[in-house]
Amino acid sequence: MSEEAPANTATAEKKLPKDLAAENGMVNVQIDGTWIQVPKGTRMIEAAKMAQKEVPHYCYHPKLSSPGNCRMCLVQMGMPPRLAPGQDPEYNDEGYQEIGWMPRPVIACANTVAENMGIRTTGDLVEKTREGVMEFLLINHPLDCPICDQAGECKLQEFSVEHGRGESRFQETKIKKPKNVDIGQNIRLDDERCIMCSRCIRFMDEVAEDPVLGFSQRGTHTSVTVHPGHRLDNNYSLNTADICPVGALTSNDFRFQMRVWFLKETKSIDTNCGTGANTVIWTRGNEIFRVTPRENNDVNSSWMPDSHRLAFHSLQTDDRLTQPLVKEDGNHIDVTWTEAVNKAAELLKSGNVAVIASGKQSNEELFLTQKIASAIKSDLLTIVPRKGEPDGKLISEDRNPNSTGANLIFQADDAASKLETIKNEVRSGNVRTLLVLHENLLDEAGFTTSDLEKLENLIILHTHANPTAALASVVIPAAGFAEKRATYVNVTGRLQRANQAVIAPGETRDDWESLGTILAKIDPTFTIPSSLDGVLKLLSTEIPAFKDQTFGSIGDLGVPITETGITIPLVEREKEKIKSGQIVG
Amino acid sequence: MAVVKVQRPKLNAGEKVYFGALLKGMFITLRHAVRSLFGKTPGAKSLKSSGLGVTMQYPEEKWDDQMPEYYRGTPALVTDEQDRERCVSCQLCEFICPPKAIKITPGEIPDGDEWAKVEKRPKEFDIDMIRCIYCGMCEEVCPEQAIYLRPDYVVTGTSRQDMVHDKERLYEIGGKRVGLVNKWNDLK
Repeated sequence: MSEEAPANTATAEKKLPKDLAAENGMVNVQIDGTWIQVPKGTRMIEAAKMAQKEVPHYCYHPKLSSPGNCRMCLVQMGMPPRLAPGQDPEYNDEGYQEIGWMPRPVIACANTVAENMGIRTTGDLVEKTREGVMEFLLINHPLDCPICDQAGECKLQEFSVEHGRGESRFQETKIKKPKNVDIGQNIRLDDERCIMCSRCIRFMDEVAEDPVLGFSQRGTHTSVTVHPGHRLDNNYSLNTADICPVGALTSNDFRFQMRVWFLKETKSIDTNCGTGANTVIWTRGNEIFRVTPRENNDVNSSWMPDSHRLAFHSLQTDDRLTQPLVKEDGNHIDVTWTEAVNKAAELLKSGNVAVIASGKQSNEELFLTQKIASAIKSDLLTIVPRKGEPDGKLISEDRNPNSTGANLIFQADDAASKLETIKNEVRSGNVRTLLVLHENLLDEAGFTTSDLEKLENLIILHTHANPTAALASVVIPAAGFAEKRATYVNVTGRLQRANQAVIAPGETRDDWESLGTILAKIDPTFTIPSSLDGVLKLLSTEIPAFKDQTFGSIGDLGVPITETGITIPLVEREKEKIKSGQIVG
Repeated sequence: MAVVKVQRPKLNAGEKVYFGALLKGMFITLRHAVRSLFGKTPGAKSLKSSGLGVTMQYPEEKWDDQMPEYYRGTPALVTDEQDRERCVSCQLCEFICPPKAIKITPGEIPDGDEWAKVEKRPKEFDIDMIRCIYCGMCEEVCPEQAIYLRPDYVVTGTSRQDMVHDKERLYEIGGKRVGLVNKWNDLK
């Protein structure tokens, strides 16, 4: 910075760091002895984060208001001494004023930085303070760690190891509070474990807009409760278990299923609606134990609806298709994957074919599907629309995770527009062969059994056994959302990546492999790419919106590739709150 | 260093032939053999011999009462004075176990159970004794004093499945252990 100032000119004022910073709306802050520039109005805790200094905290959450009630984030703060009337400020060689350190600590979460401020996140005063706060928090905390689901990801465990005194001086009897309380369908409350950070209360009030939680009693008897006559039954209630720094609120679904230290985290996205909330899938072995939201401020902030995060159970049911089947004399018989794929390709070559794809399919799969349709010269290609009531937060009206992708790849305004045409063609008997992907036609699509019986051949690719598959002449098992790598485009036009967390059951192969092989059998000029990345590469060369996109370029947070004009209400509201300074974001 | 010259002993004619010494040795062996038939081998009692020499006839005869208190044999689960199963299935032993011999399926204690306030106990608890290396880490890590290495060392079976100790078998081996910390007392 100092190089920019005119050198060796006695007349020119040398610009001070405070003036240089002010030009960009920044202020200079000294954090643990190092001067950095941070934007004006930054919270001290965020400034420390920028300087890569951890300030332990419980109640502070960037997406919620800051009440400053846990006192864990106390740091030492200093400002230049106040000047006497007529006194000029003195600057040292580096251009900063001397910092006069305050004798008492301040909370870092609710105070903002100022020019020439000093922050100490270590030192005697701060360490003693943290030790004291930890001791108070642990006074009534039960020794439940062996039975507590939070153990292993518990901030109280972590900070008591890091900042606690190691042993208790508390001789008196601990306060007893309600334990194992059923407060809602998905959430279990244990009041003894609560450290009164009020994150759950603020979440239900500010984000879920269903303020059913609150504190009752006073002093050491304070406890979190639901309002009398109400239950914590909101569809966003499980987020309170995520943000609870201790084990006071835990998930009923995940209760005593597995200790978190055994679980492997896989970054993925939710495929239950068009929002495509970013998720982490927690697995051990080949079993999914839970799904939690992952922060993405352009898609789902840090939240996720309960209904979507519990939907993974449907992947681990007994009615999964695991074996390729071919119908002979009215009975399905087991065949090898190759036989099933060959049979499917043979039937598709017979002419009069329609293809019903799905908005649940990934971009790569839809691309290969579209190629199959053009190889057999059929313009009867559609997806099945799937609409539902939007909840005004994160659940989109469009319950297909990839309608936008289908529109881009089919190069149509509405990829689902031909569904009625196909239905009529099937009824009139013009379509003799139907290829169905990831859809049960008797369900949302509105076909009837008698419609499907008119068909000569029905080929289906699906994850689960269903009535349509029962009627099909060829059944190919397909991988579900956590069982494959894939890309999806959400309702706002953001291309996102899902990673494989578990292995698909039985003889199931990745859909791109099944579809690619069928396509290669129909169209000899097509060579199957050697990997899924190859399919995306092919897609990126043929569809303009996907130009130059690879699995690497998408990254964990996705990239916007098209404009749809649709926004996600909850994210928009949070942007407003950030603008008005209510939350940090 | 001073050199000390050692004189070889002078042997007489009988010693040079060494046949006498051979006979003497054979006689001693024979005497022991005869004495052992009458159960009079030196040390036979302290070595718990069968009477035929010092050989113990395992498995009809065993060392069990000679084994020290702290002998570390098979790991097993224990119950306390109140017959409560001490394990709460925290799965720390499963985590620490170097050969991955332990497999636990946690479960919830239903409402109405005498120990419902403990909330959690193992639904299944399997230790694969083919894998177990008797290191005792499970005992060391247990926060509930629920798993101990017991003096039992005879673990046999005719199949791999036989060698997996399930929860029932583990409590049978472990038995009741008294004088442990009563963490889940009335005050809790």
